[in-house]
Amino acid sequence: MGEPTTKIGGSTRRSEDKRFLTGQGRYTDDINMAGQTYACFVRSPHAHARINSIDTSMARDADGVLAVFTGEDLANDGIGGLPCGWQIHDVSGEPMAEPPHPLLAQGKARYVGDHVAVVIAETKQQARDAAELVDVDYDMLDAVISPAKALESGQPLVHDEVPDNRCYTWELGDSGAADEAFERAHHVTSLDLVNNRLIPNALEPRAAVASYSPGEDHYTLYTTSQNPHLARLLLSAFVLNLPEHKVRVVSPDVGGGFGSKIYPYAEEATLTWASKKIGRPIKWTAERVESFLSDAHGRDHVTRAEMALDTDGRFIGMRVDTKANLGAYLSTFASAVPTILYATLLAGQYTTPAIHARVTAVFTHTAPVDAYRGAGRPEATYVVERLVSQAARDMGLSQAEIRRRNFIPTDAFPYQTPVALNYDVGDYDATLTRAEELADVAGFEGRREEAQKRGKYRGIGYSTYIEACGLAPSNIAGALGARAGLYEAGEVRLHPTGKVTVFTGSHSHGQGHETTFAQIVSDRLGIPFDDVDVVHGDTDRSAFGMGTYGSRSLAVGGSAIVKAMDKIIDKSRRIAAHMLEAAEADIEYDDGTFRVAGTDKSLSMAEVAFSAYVPHNYPLEQLEPGLDESAFYDPTNFTYPAGSHICEVEVDPDTGRVEIVNFTAVDDFGNVINPMIVEGQVHGGLAQGIGQALLEGAVYDAESGQLITGTYMDYTMPRADDLPSFRVDTCNTPCTHNPLGVKGCGEAGAIGSPPAVIDAIIDALRPLGVTDLEMPATPLRVWQAIQDAQGRQVA
Amino acid sequence: MYAFGYHRPTTIDEAVTLLGQSEDASAIAGGQTLLQSLKQRLAQPGELVDLGAIKELSGIAVDGRTVVIGALTKHNEVALSSEVRKAVPALADLAGAIGDHQVRNVGTIGGSVANSDPAADYPAAVLGLGATVETNQRRIAADDFFIDLFETALEPGELIKAIHFPVPKRAAYVKFAQPASRYALAGVMVAETGDGVRLAVTGAGACAFRVPAMEQALAGDFSADAIKGVQVDADELNDDIHGTPAYRAHLVNVLARRAVEAAR
Ligand SMILES: Cc1cc2nc3c(=O)[nH]c(=O)nc-3n(C[C@H](O)[C@H](O)[C@H](O)COP(=O)(O)OP(=O)(O)OC[C@H]3O[C@@H](n4cnc5c(N)ncnc54)[C@H](O)[C@@H]3O)c2cc1C
Repeated sequence: MGEPTTKIGGSTRRSEDKRFLTGQGRYTDDINMAGQTYACFVRSPHAHARINSIDTSMARDADGVLAVFTGEDLANDGIGGLPCGWQIHDVSGEPMAEPPHPLLAQGKARYVGDHVAVVIAETKQQARDAAELVDVDYDMLDAVISPAKALESGQPLVHDEVPDNRCYTWELGDSGAADEAFERAHHVTSLDLVNNRLIPNALEPRAAVASYSPGEDHYTLYTTSQNPHLARLLLSAFVLNLPEHKVRVVSPDVGGGFGSKIYPYAEEATLTWASKKIGRPIKWTAERVESFLSDAHGRDHVTRAEMALDTDGRFIGMRVDTKANLGAYLSTFASAVPTILYATLLAGQYTTPAIHARVTAVFTHTAPVDAYRGAGRPEATYVVERLVSQAARDMGLSQAEIRRRNFIPTDAFPYQTPVALNYDVGDYDATLTRAEELADVAGFEGRREEAQKRGKYRGIGYSTYIEACGLAPSNIAGALGARAGLYEAGEVRLHPTGKVTVFTGSHSHGQGHETTFAQIVSDRLGIPFDDVDVVHGDTDRSAFGMGTYGSRSLAVGGSAIVKAMDKIIDKSRRIAAHMLEAAEADIEYDDGTFRVAGTDKSLSMAEVAFSAYVPHNYPLEQLEPGLDESAFYDPTNFTYPAGSHICEVEVDPDTGRVEIVNFTAVDDFGNVINPMIVEGQVHGGLAQGIGQALLEGAVYDAESGQLITGTYMDYTMPRADDLPSFRVDTCNTPCTHNPLGVKGCGEAGAIGSPPAVIDAIIDALRPLGVTDLEMPATPLRVWQAIQDAQGRQVA
Repeated sequence: MYAFGYHRPTTIDEAVTLLGQSEDASAIAGGQTLLQSLKQRLAQPGELVDLGAIKELSGIAVDGRTVVIGALTKHNEVALSSEVRKAVPALADLAGAIGDHQVRNVGTIGGSVANSDPAADYPAAVLGLGATVETNQRRIAADDFFIDLFETALEPGELIKAIHFPVPKRAAYVKFAQPASRYALAGVMVAETGDGVRLAVTGAGACAFRVPAMEQALAGDFSADAIKGVQVDADELNDDIHGTPAYRAHLVNVLARRAVEAAR
């Protein structure tokens, strides 16, 4: 795991853990303001209903109630809806359908949990009591839950103005070339796949505290956001029409996001608006049930996928047709996830020359669906790797062999895929070789036989995934429909005493930025690790930021900090030259020390900093005093983490219960700053990926649209004892285009693992005739698959 | 949660009086079931009568023939009791497989049995071991106690004082956990007792039930093979996203055989 040094490459213990583990963290719900009131949202109990009227009079009269607002009040104030951050174009050339996403329902409720009204009262209890007195007259309407069904004619419409519930149909790749490959294929492997819908379940539920100061005409919003600057931009420019410089958004400690806290939500926007209306601060903290109902969900694809192979088992073409469920409204990145972040990854680690993807995005009467750990890339990996593993079985090749025959060779980089991406570097064979070694694949048959004696079926599954991280070159993203830039900002401030404060636009909510970023700064500036403080999550403190998602913090945010440090070192060199009475060209810099080449005359970074703030002996004519530099970094390409996951399972055929007995992940993350943190990120990602494969799945009732998995009684979160002790390692090829050579590691575990798990189960159950299995592979599903297979064999 | 009045009596009589004084009073023991319903506003008792301070409701007494467990005894007290483990290891195993440590340190046997959750573990022990439920008014045989989904023979205001478990010759409880809640998707208690073989199932139906066909087969031959072909009727079983009736019926057979093999 590496030494616990504070340099780059050292497994320094996480500085933030001290406050988290001792209960000293400060989360949004810990913030209390003088005169604070409490909000409770009235939510639709129906999946689809016309709202004939809302009678708020009883609620208004209830004890402690200050105000009750409905969609009408917002409309009267000209308040807009929540914007979508990415515009996809339909195959027709028209922009996607973009129906309004009001903060509080306007005339119709479109999913169970949709926001209908808000009650604000002196206490939480009073707000909740009064919320039950809001009398909403609903006409229940038929709902549609499945994306495939929603496209059929005659189905209920989620938005009257969107025919067939179709938001867009989008294509990528050359369909002619793909069709041609299928015509001459020796073999075609095809699969119908479901990528199950997931509910993010961050440990800390969403929360917000909004206040307005009339004296300064200034708003402050504390919120559980992965990207407070983006929240401020969207709230001020698009939703509430507020002056951006008069809004401060603070995202203090946040207990996990996994994507679900990227997006501005109705609650925080409504609170910000209402805080001025009532002239008091307002707090709202989601109850767990509200998290289940109204946090943006993830995944939910239905896909038909085909792979064309030649006689040698080489992939010559691939066709993918996906229906993606968007839920009832377009969340911030909803349109980009099943397109830009999905279909572009369909080449995987392979040289497949012709690929065509078609994606139809569909509205349904369910909670909005958006990016969730991996966002599009797990869906792509699931399609590619399930196809590859099935193709290996079809062709009688080993899982390793079919992959090796198709890997992009190391000498082919930079490699242009047929689906838009340009991979800069990688060594896929190296991670597979190491993974097979670590997983002891050689000993697998012996273990299978031993398990058989115990009445268990043992199987092994592979997944060699790739992902695109480090979003993104802004110009490319813009050309693809992004409505914002995707750079990051960083500022490095040396104080007179040589201590350092680093300001970053990347928020940390579990990733350990306060440690990793401090390691980078300590390493480059030669300043003790403990003398570096990393500040994030406050629009009044960090200049700007695009936030944390898509494994971008280190690759983009870390690079911005490096750029700022380059400026610090440049300026310091000039100060040092002056102080040491030497030519600038003669000053050498190494590990925090400026030295006149070939002499023992030197100055430390701290001494230079002191002189910058006490500029008595200082080149004031050429240089400004002070030592504080900032930089914006816009990447020139995505980064491409990749790796090999190998899963080994044992299945109890009598109960259908699957146990993961071994899980190996060998990843290429580029340079690693803190191996311990990277390992932790891999563990968490694997837990979520294995959770998706075996345990988690959001289920809505197909008729009523009620969320059946609305509590932990029915939604299965992975627990420690569902998981084995992971075997993880890295085989790294440094990224070629960012200054740290880093790629990102936050999502890899969740991206790579699901197909490895499912294929391990299919492999285990081959003797029983099982050939396919849907996620999550619950005991019921596995048992049913065995029954069905046996039934087929008898018939 | 809705607002409620709170009382903490120290005797059973006091508790019964308090419960009788208002229409919508409810007893609370460990709160591991009731608190959830309160928090989700699914239950709205006007008065909560906390049984926690009633000393005579707690404790375990074991003699050669019976294990008596006070209603307020926590799951972990049963799981970790060396006396229970010696007399009826199946009972200690069952208690140790309920929820997690936090739940086991607070939840009580009386609360679990009174609640008759279809997926709770204890009902399988009460019925499978042929226990007697002692209340402040009477003694109720296990066979008469569990009526239906969340429904027992208890009258309003009637409190469980203790459960009397006869010590079996051998017994075992095997549970297959529902993946999300980890309550029993199905659980089987089998016991060879002085009065013959008893086999009770929880998790699969509206409430715990016995399987006479299996009991008869086992009476002649206490072996897993003896019940291999004996299936429970799937028609009566629960259907949800975690288990179809057919799957539950199948599990009952698998678990029953495993329980017979594990019985000691
Ligand atoms: C996370 C979690 C996991 C769990 N997992 C399991 C599991 O795997 N298996 C399982 O069986 N259970 C499980 N439970 C439930 C747990 O065992 C509860 O403790 C038990 O069901 C109820 O006991 P209690 O003391 O908490 O009762 P309470 O919640 O206090 O009361 C439950 C009901 O019983 C009534 N009551 C309580 N005591 C008496 C009495 N002496 N006489 C008459 N009525 C009484 C109350 O009025 C109430 O109606 C779980 C609970 C949680 C929170």
